[in-house]
Amino acid sequence: MQLMSAIPALEVSDLVKTYSNGVQALKGISLAVAPGDFYALLGPNGAGKSTLIGIVSSLVNASTGDARVFGCSVRNQRSQAMAMLGLVPQEINFNMFDNPFQICMNQAGFYGVPRTVAAERAEKYLKQLALWDKAFVVSRTLSGGMKRRLLIARAMMNEPKLLILDEPTAGVDIEIRRSMWKFIQGINAAGTTVILTTHYLEEAESLCRNIAIIDHGRIIENTAMKTLLSKLDVEAFVLDLAAPCAQLPVVADVKLTRIDERTLEAEMSRAHDLNSLFATLTAQGITVTSMRNKANRLEELFVRLIDANDKVAA
Amino acid sequence: MNRHAVLIALYTIVRREVNRILRIWTQTLLPPAITMTLYFIIFGTLVGSRIGTIAHAPDGSAISYIEYIAPGLVMMAVIQNAYGNITSSFFGAKFQRFVEEMLVSPMPSWTILTGYIAGAVLRGFMVGVLVLGISLFFTKIHLYHPLVTLSTFVLAATIFALLGFVNAIFARKFDDIAIIPTFVLTPLTYLGGVFYNVAQLPAPWKEISYANPILYMVNAFRYGLLGVTDIDLRWAYLVMLAFVAGLGAICLTLLHRGVGLRS
Repeated sequence: MQLMSAIPALEVSDLVKTYSNGVQALKGISLAVAPGDFYALLGPNGAGKSTLIGIVSSLVNASTGDARVFGCSVRNQRSQAMAMLGLVPQEINFNMFDNPFQICMNQAGFYGVPRTVAAERAEKYLKQLALWDKAFVVSRTLSGGMKRRLLIARAMMNEPKLLILDEPTAGVDIEIRRSMWKFIQGINAAGTTVILTTHYLEEAESLCRNIAIIDHGRIIENTAMKTLLSKLDVEAFVLDLAAPCAQLPVVADVKLTRIDERTLEAEMSRAHDLNSLFATLTAQGITVTSMRNKANRLEELFVRLIDANDKVAA
Repeated sequence: MNRHAVLIALYTIVRREVNRILRIWTQTLLPPAITMTLYFIIFGTLVGSRIGTIAHAPDGSAISYIEYIAPGLVMMAVIQNAYGNITSSFFGAKFQRFVEEMLVSPMPSWTILTGYIAGAVLRGFMVGVLVLGISLFFTKIHLYHPLVTLSTFVLAATIFALLGFVNAIFARKFDDIAIIPTFVLTPLTYLGGVFYNVAQLPAPWKEISYANPILYMVNAFRYGLLGVTDIDLRWAYLVMLAFVAGLGAICLTLLHRGVGLRS
């Protein structure tokens, strides 16, 4: 939440979007993202995330309301606002007949970056994203993961102050996903504000400091990640046992489930201490060799919030 | 964006367009060369040799049929290729969605339009020079009024590039960019005085022909090359400039509003 007193990197006020077919994708959304933040924008499919990003990046015209990028109105100061913005879209949208180097050079050109500077940047970002060895092959032949990384390299060509990534790791294997996280974290650490939408909630939990959850065109949660996670009053752990456990042990205030003969699942209140759990298990002759969180905490919260919102909407 | 940045953006679009034209030269430059060669052989040499003199140049020399149709054939190639370039290129960018690269950039709308128009005019120029070169194998070409020739070429290519841009903006599928050239552009070109002197037409076809804008372009271009024209040159420039201004305003409005591009 640093520099919240400064001009927000993104400020969205009373944004409404009704498409020509009558669908109201956004129903009056307002939010502010602080400069330097790593912000998650989550929501189920069709919640309005991409519409919101479309309006911020000027690809979608808002029905009413406005978005401001570092104080510049997308509606009235589009050129200034767009100059500070980088967009990694959800769908691959570069010219498949150009090579990655040309794609980056063209992108830089559209932002008025001189060719010598653009060439340096293209080399820098293609190398950082492990694409330099493919810089001069037709982009159509790149793998899915490479295409996703190329979208990020392209978005960096104007070295934006605000980078919006719309599901950048969709369909990407875990190794490449982690390398992309590392790159984006580096960009954020260097001062770029990052807004991320993703369906991989562990990605949002591990990367983002603040979060907004959008559903049915409304923001239903907008807070710090820590604050949100602290709302989760129950935690589940997976316990690996030293020896097979024939009978399910009984521990007060802990719901135990046997996954297999050497693995137990323990669901307990966050207020419950782990020492008493281990003491009870030890007393029953059960030795725990290792333990880990069972589920992604954010995922549990996300599902609860969306369910609750659906019930309200119904 | 400052002026320098806008120029870089404009250069980027034009450069990309020229690269595209040259990369797929078998689709952009070769077909008009072959088609126009056939026109010269069939209409110029085989049919034209039986027609004889059709007009007289300002110096009194006779103008053969093949000489008479050569400027029209060049203009026909320029018009078709300027139109075809912008429809296929801009609609291709829309279809593959990389038009969004430009739409999310700080570039003003007029830069995008000017870049694509310049690309189309350059393709028209390349094809025009190619066809003019081919015509020299069949007839002699004078250059009576270089400025008229050049300005007519630029205006005609710009008009049809703008028309092509409107077509590409509204097109939703590839069929939509093929309909106008087939059912509008080609008939207008054939009826635009490329192959005949409009003054020789009977009423009401003569009067109807004056409503065809291509007639003015072909005749102004013919005047530049041969020194003869069927229509008043002032009318030709007036019509062409009016079309450029009107279509330019329409294209900018469509682009600015994001018609067919932004949701």
